[in-house]
Amino acid sequence: MKALINLVEKVKPHFEKGGRFEKLHRTFEAFETFLFVKGDVTHSGAHIRDAMDMKRTMVHVIIALMPPLLFGIWNVGFQHYKAIGLEVEFIDQVLFGLIKVLPIVVVSYVTGLAIEFIFASARDHEVNEGFLVSGMLIPLVIPVTTPLWMVAVATAFAVVIGKEVFGGTGMNILNPALLARAFLFFAYPSYLSGEVWIETTLQEGQQLVDGFSGATALAVMAAGEGTMPSDFDMFFGFIPGSIGETSAFAILLGAIVLVATGVGSLRIMASVFFGGLAMGLILNLFAVNEFMAMPAYKHLIMGGFAFGAVYMATDPVSASQTGVGKYIYGVLIGVITVLIRVVNPAYPEGMMLAILFMNVFAPLIDHYVVEANVKRRMKRMERVHLQTQA
Amino acid sequence: MSKIIKIKKGLNIPLAGEAERILNTAPRSAFYAVCPPDFHGLTPKMLVREGDKVKAGSPLFFDKYNEKILFTSPVSGTFSELVRGEKRRILKVVIQADDTDEWIDFGAVSPESITRDQIVEKLLQSGLWPALRQRPYAVVANPEQTPKAIFVSAFDSAPVAADADFIVNGQEAEFQTGLDALRKLTPGKVHLGVHAQATKSQVFLNARGVQINTFSGPHPAGNVGIQIHHVDPVNKGEVVWHVGVQHVIAIGRLFMKGIYDASAIVALAGPEVLNPRYYRVIAGAQIKEITAGNLRVEEDLRQRIISGDALSGTKVAANDFLRFYHNLITVIPEGDKPEILGWIMPNLDKFSVSRSFPAFLMPWKKFRLNTNIRSGERPFVVTGLYEKVLPMDIMPMPLLKSIMINDIDMMEKLGIYEVAPEDFALCEYVCPSKIEIQQHIREGLDNLQKEFA
Repeated sequence: MKALINLVEKVKPHFEKGGRFEKLHRTFEAFETFLFVKGDVTHSGAHIRDAMDMKRTMVHVIIALMPPLLFGIWNVGFQHYKAIGLEVEFIDQVLFGLIKVLPIVVVSYVTGLAIEFIFASARDHEVNEGFLVSGMLIPLVIPVTTPLWMVAVATAFAVVIGKEVFGGTGMNILNPALLARAFLFFAYPSYLSGEVWIETTLQEGQQLVDGFSGATALAVMAAGEGTMPSDFDMFFGFIPGSIGETSAFAILLGAIVLVATGVGSLRIMASVFFGGLAMGLILNLFAVNEFMAMPAYKHLIMGGFAFGAVYMATDPVSASQTGVGKYIYGVLIGVITVLIRVVNPAYPEGMMLAILFMNVFAPLIDHYVVEANVKRRMKRMERVHLQTQA
Repeated sequence: MSKIIKIKKGLNIPLAGEAERILNTAPRSAFYAVCPPDFHGLTPKMLVREGDKVKAGSPLFFDKYNEKILFTSPVSGTFSELVRGEKRRILKVVIQADDTDEWIDFGAVSPESITRDQIVEKLLQSGLWPALRQRPYAVVANPEQTPKAIFVSAFDSAPVAADADFIVNGQEAEFQTGLDALRKLTPGKVHLGVHAQATKSQVFLNARGVQINTFSGPHPAGNVGIQIHHVDPVNKGEVVWHVGVQHVIAIGRLFMKGIYDASAIVALAGPEVLNPRYYRVIAGAQIKEITAGNLRVEEDLRQRIISGDALSGTKVAANDFLRFYHNLITVIPEGDKPEILGWIMPNLDKFSVSRSFPAFLMPWKKFRLNTNIRSGERPFVVTGLYEKVLPMDIMPMPLLKSIMINDIDMMEKLGIYEVAPEDFALCEYVCPSKIEIQQHIREGLDNLQKEFA
């Protein structure tokens, strides 16, 4: 261990001012702080600091993303073999999933981190950890059939236009991972709707099973034809969909990690679920078609609702930042998602647009929450002035 | 006792090494000092030259912008050295102490029998005026103003803080006389904040002529700023003063004995102290006389000595001096050693408010916390965390942002008049982005003060 530290110390001068690789200073620093917590001490203010830092915060989100990722990998294989009617071992399903999913994850990380490092060097600030999470979220919200170059383009768009133009991590208005998905959705619509959710590239001698349909539950409901999967399948995720979004159960496990460690906001998660459920119930009351009459709870286990509520809406940077604001923000996401799903048949999945929409409105919500605090203080002052005059 | 003000937000940091209730007398230091940086915003003008003889209570320097405010020597001796820092800023006024003290006589008198102006005059002359601090701006009180109330917090909730009950023990008359003097300075009330469980001393509970406010809950309940906020908050245009317990006693002695008797009781505490306990000293004493032989010694171990508490105290060296407002010396290890993959390890020896560390499973454990900052500074990312440790109806993040962009109007609206850097010390402690919050608050207060100067 000591040897490693010594090694790093030995090569360090090359990356410092005047060194051969001076330009890579920030890159070196990122790897150095990744390897070990530096011996930097406080110099002013609080002499002791909480052990929590950005790296540990982000790594807990990654841990929370493991259940949907692992389930997603298996489900990619499961859906594929189901579509071609082959009975294979569990391990084959996982292997197939790995071969398909891993490259997407790698492309997302390499593209995004490369851009982050370049911007950190250009702006001369430390490399921020935010993309560690975004880089994992992006693969989980797109279909497994998305071409790799498209993943790279979408990631680059999200990081540069979504984040860096605003000043980097912490300054962005929109959730970068969702922006990547929205970019794909509008730039290459044919790759993000229809029969894209299951990898059905056939090899010689293979063919799709009779009556195969790769449609998601949302598409079935929106079109009003086809068969809906059972609640059981939808909850546990044995359905087609984006890589990480299908299993509400796996997402729930992640949610427990986020809430237990205090990294994710329970306030937002619960509000989103509440909003979705409430809007579903309201639509039930005025039901004029099958989708409106669908039991409200189904919204929560269909499509990307759970994934969006747990991992996307809770992004602290793009969400509302005030306590009360978080409730309003969360409820509105739930409400708008269900509205888009049911009322606007052009977009079967409303979660992405609802969150992006509310990302834009979060500062406005916060503004009014802050104003309320200001008004309270003003009133208190007026009261005192009245008393002194009386 | 009437109603208890329950403080729910906050955090007790389980730092090891709380002082035992044993009182030692520290040997008399060879040198004592008054340090102008203790008094924020002060520009000192010297009244003595190096080599001048001074008595305890002799003026050393005054405030350039408020010539009435004198700063006096805590001991008798010879003004031996003026320590300057960057831009020739005066950091320390060092006095080489005589073996025994001679005091300047300011005249013993009952505060009841003299006018407010006479009390103010006495405090200014004796050098005890700087013990009075004000909100807004968290600086030494302006003698031209009259505060709407004066606050004294009778307990300190900071990590390993000195126990005010123990300090006040046996000094009942002095404390009460001090309160009597304060009472004449304000047309409003003098408030004494006590803790529902921790405060046992009858000196506090039976204090006369003051309103006793009972608080419960974790740090920062003992911060006078939090108490002001919950009892009689500062609005724009209002002024509130506050004084520490030890200084109330010193003020009491001034009126009872007629001298500036700067003796004080300080706690030496923290994980690096072998036998944490209390010491009788004179204000401005040299640290090494107090810590001598009582610190852990290990090879390759560096220590941080802090005058004050670990959250908002002043970093000092062993040959440095006890600071004016502090009654605690905290010693913690420096965290200057790298830790392999330290950010992802379980870290059994680390404390965190976050449950991503196992510390929350061991609520009984006291930690040997060090000065490692653990990360470089990041922009604001995590939200809702500061709010959990700031028991005020003030929105910390919007306030900080308004300070960062120097939006005076917004700062006022968000309640900057009520705050001091120390009230945000816990926010700074928990901040995962490692933002220097106390410094930002201080900048905000400075900018505000300049705006209205």
